[in-house]
Amino acid sequence: MPSSPNHVLEFPGGYTRSVGPVIGRFLSDLRDGRLVGVRTRTGKVLFPPAEYDPDTGDSVTDEFVEVGPVGTVESWSWVAEPLGTHPFDRPFAWALVTPDGADTAILHALDVGEYERGAKPPKRLKVGMRVRARFRADRKGEIGDIEAFQPEVSMITVPSRLEFELRPGKALDRFLEGMAEGRILGHRCPVCEKVIVPMGGLCPKDGVPTIEEVEVADTGTVTTFAVNNLPDPRAPEVPFVSAYVLLDGADIAMLSLVAGIPADQVRMGMRVKAAWKPRDEWGRTIQNIRWFEPSGEPDASFEAIKDYM
Amino acid sequence: MRDVAIVAFAQTKHSAVDEGLHETEMLLPIIQQVKEQTGISRFDFTCSGSCDYLIGAPFSFVSALNAVGAWPPISESHVEMDGAWALYEAWVKMQHGEFDTALVYGFGKPSQGSLREIFNRQYDPYYLAPLGVDQVSLAALQAQAYMHRSGTKEDDLLAVADRARKAGRANPYALDLDDPAADAAYDVAPLKTHDVAAEADGAAVIVLAADVHARDICERPAWITGIDHRADAHSPGVRDLSRSESTRLAGERAGATGIEVAELHVQFSHEEFIVREALNLGDDVKVNPSGGPLAANPVMAAGLIRLGEAAARIHSGEASRTLGHATSGPCLQQNLVCVLSGESHG
Amino acid sequence: MGNACAVIGVGQTAYQTKRLDVSIAGLLREAAQRALDDAGLTWRDIDAVVIGKAPDMFEGVMMPEAYLADALGATGKPMMRVHTAGSVGGSTAIVAASLIQSGVHQRVLTVAWEKQSESNATWALTVGGPHATSLVVGAGGYFAPHIRAYMRRSGAPDHIGTLVAVKDRQNALKNPYAHLKIPGISREMVEGTPMLWEPIRYLETCPSSDGACAMILASEDAAKQAPNKPAWVHGTAMRSEPIFFAGRDTVNPQGGKDCAADVYQQAGIKDPRREIDVAEVYVPFSWYEPMWLENLGFCAEGEGWKLTESGATALDGDTPWNASGGVLSSNPIGASGMIRFAEAALQVRGMAGDHQVDGARRALGHAYGGGAQFYAMWIVGSDKP
Repeated sequence: MPSSPNHVLEFPGGYTRSVGPVIGRFLSDLRDGRLVGVRTRTGKVLFPPAEYDPDTGDSVTDEFVEVGPVGTVESWSWVAEPLGTHPFDRPFAWALVTPDGADTAILHALDVGEYERGAKPPKRLKVGMRVRARFRADRKGEIGDIEAFQPEVSMITVPSRLEFELRPGKALDRFLEGMAEGRILGHRCPVCEKVIVPMGGLCPKDGVPTIEEVEVADTGTVTTFAVNNLPDPRAPEVPFVSAYVLLDGADIAMLSLVAGIPADQVRMGMRVKAAWKPRDEWGRTIQNIRWFEPSGEPDASFEAIKDYM
Repeated sequence: MRDVAIVAFAQTKHSAVDEGLHETEMLLPIIQQVKEQTGISRFDFTCSGSCDYLIGAPFSFVSALNAVGAWPPISESHVEMDGAWALYEAWVKMQHGEFDTALVYGFGKPSQGSLREIFNRQYDPYYLAPLGVDQVSLAALQAQAYMHRSGTKEDDLLAVADRARKAGRANPYALDLDDPAADAAYDVAPLKTHDVAAEADGAAVIVLAADVHARDICERPAWITGIDHRADAHSPGVRDLSRSESTRLAGERAGATGIEVAELHVQFSHEEFIVREALNLGDDVKVNPSGGPLAANPVMAAGLIRLGEAAARIHSGEASRTLGHATSGPCLQQNLVCVLSGESHG
Repeated sequence: MGNACAVIGVGQTAYQTKRLDVSIAGLLREAAQRALDDAGLTWRDIDAVVIGKAPDMFEGVMMPEAYLADALGATGKPMMRVHTAGSVGGSTAIVAASLIQSGVHQRVLTVAWEKQSESNATWALTVGGPHATSLVVGAGGYFAPHIRAYMRRSGAPDHIGTLVAVKDRQNALKNPYAHLKIPGISREMVEGTPMLWEPIRYLETCPSSDGACAMILASEDAAKQAPNKPAWVHGTAMRSEPIFFAGRDTVNPQGGKDCAADVYQQAGIKDPRREIDVAEVYVPFSWYEPMWLENLGFCAEGEGWKLTESGATALDGDTPWNASGGVLSSNPIGASGMIRFAEAALQVRGMAGDHQVDGARRALGHAYGGGAQFYAMWIVGSDKP
């Protein structure tokens, strides 16, 4: 566009064109939100309709056929820097679309989403894409009554959020009470006599209630572990070590974080002690213990831990 | 078919408020109770029903296994449905002969979340769930359809709720709810607040035994003479909501005739009419002497409890032919019917 | 055992990361229709439907048997949904078989699936509550310490996992339904990938797949009319043990051993290594092959890694494991157990195409789940038992 025009050619009000019966029929149906083609003498359906068969020059029949609403993209081009006269002022595609039931295609804009100027053609823009017209609310009976074609719906995104107020249960509640006091509590099973930490108020093996409270130490032994390298927003920075820690006095190992030592130096049998948060940060949660770190004692033997894995 | 009976049934005292017990802590005492009652400490097969969405986390049934004492390892399965379907799975398993006893349980704590919002997640994920439509709204549509066809009025629904609450007050396991008032507010019209089941936290357990084992354990076993379940299409727009065809079919296949007492898993007053009609239960049939879900609805156990309550009437000698019904899905979509008898070939 | 139960139809969808072209019902119907076609049946011919899948948080559709009832032709029929964590595909098949073995039904459709691309598998598995006392690390993070314990206990050399990763992906190249197709997969390629949860490397890990698997199970009478050769169920078993208890062996769980012993006894198998022609075993992380070789009694404790190393479990070995490519090549979580059971059936029907083990007459299908605490297994054979 010239930046400082000194001559304008513009017919005031625009040209008034008569469309004839075939185009008129197409535009009238378009204004109604419908796509129609016309049948040629050879039986093909032309879309958009013309008064003549482009192959033979014969005039067409007067049989109009509704086509679409869905069509297939035969070809496309992608406009990364639209001109002022383009249908969009953001990147978009042009496409040749053959509606279902038609044998020829229409050229129109294809809206595949919002992109920054200069964007590359999006991956979803493909020959064979299934699309349909998005009509303007206010239609006048012209080709621009279709705002653009757009891809058929293939996905919906459904937000889902449910709120819960969960209680830990009596036994776990007591465990958490202990944690708030800096104590690690467990229960001894009356049948197998094993100490279960944390307690659930029952022994899973024997299916009986447990009530005998036992306090266990905050030191223990790593039985086995993993070094986690896959980042997760809810977990510590990678690499982090998750280990089964058999606390002294307990008969079942707990899965906990191990830190304070390079991940590749953690080993089975390593002796650890709890690293507690400062007392004033304690609450009713196991997270009062940040992690377990090496206690400096010599490693336990494999024999000592082999039955706890 | 092999003769299988319900030989023991226990349930928690259902609570409208969260009593701070973990599901496992609710189950352990009643599982112990049936173990003591039957003298069986290890069952041939175990099956449970529950729903992860009630706690908003997967695998809620896994910790429940701790209440069973699954060591040495046990033969065990689980359905993500009401415990009544777990009982069905156990009954089928027992039919092929290797299993003589089974432990079945169901549990749920609806107090921890919003049941209406949770059940929205069960509906068609494209056309229904995104609308945010809930269980009560759908039930109200069905109530409307039934009332329109049958001429049943809101007062008739109130009478159902009234009977249910009175029976619930006499039932130590159900809630103590006041009698409904005629001028009560609507929940979702035409359903009033008293027409909607009373949510409760609770659990239940049933022991099944086959043949001679049943007779060894229980003086008057409640023999399962027929059990069947059927489904209707999901969308409320494609079926006649005023009728329950799947209940009718299940009742027919289960041989539901000559019933003296019926425990129906009806979570809304109008459902009692629909299910009675589908099962052809006359006025002489005693329905929901326990109060039913309108008096206490521990979801995922409520259907199993209907079967247990129906069995209890036989165990006590009060009745010799009873029926337990369970439902799942919106607007009575799926229905299970179990016919129980004091005679093994009754 | 009850009445004879046959597998007369198998249908699978081609497993891939995302199936964006279908609704949930569409995914299942694709597999179900293939199974019906294989069995020469229509939706109308089915008496009952049993479905199974992993936790509903994956797709955010709770208790989907409601939404799917009529989608799977279950209007007027019984419909049930099984949920036993990772073993669910197997236990679902067992519940379906039970309906035939008990004589309750003649033709049962069973489908297991996962469309986990609708959310994220790791998220869905690790949604925990506020009172969690244990770390939540995802499946790989959960199993890695137990694999380490196995390596220590058995003295296995470090590269054994790699051998399994390569073998299963090579097998997958012959399976048109498999997800991971890595032509040129090699030890170097696998060992060149990063450690995700040490000692598990990226290429020693199962993919995340969308997919469905369906089977038609039938009574003896109904099987007579089936157009294709049936597989016959010779035994089914399930075992569960608590996930955490003092003294639990997490490396060689008792539940797995007991489940195997039960199913072998039903099928009359005394020497699984020699009497089972092909095994489809749930191996989501490479090292579970040697661990399960021991757990399932294919070799003595501590010897599993040697069996793997010897090539015995390769397609041309004397005890092929995971001819289909296994879970390491395709993992729509809820379906994976059923895929194992279905692939075992395909083998003894002689219908496993390019990954067919010649002359396979007895096969094992295996699934496990949770913290390696739920087991479901079946033995199928070419002959009626």
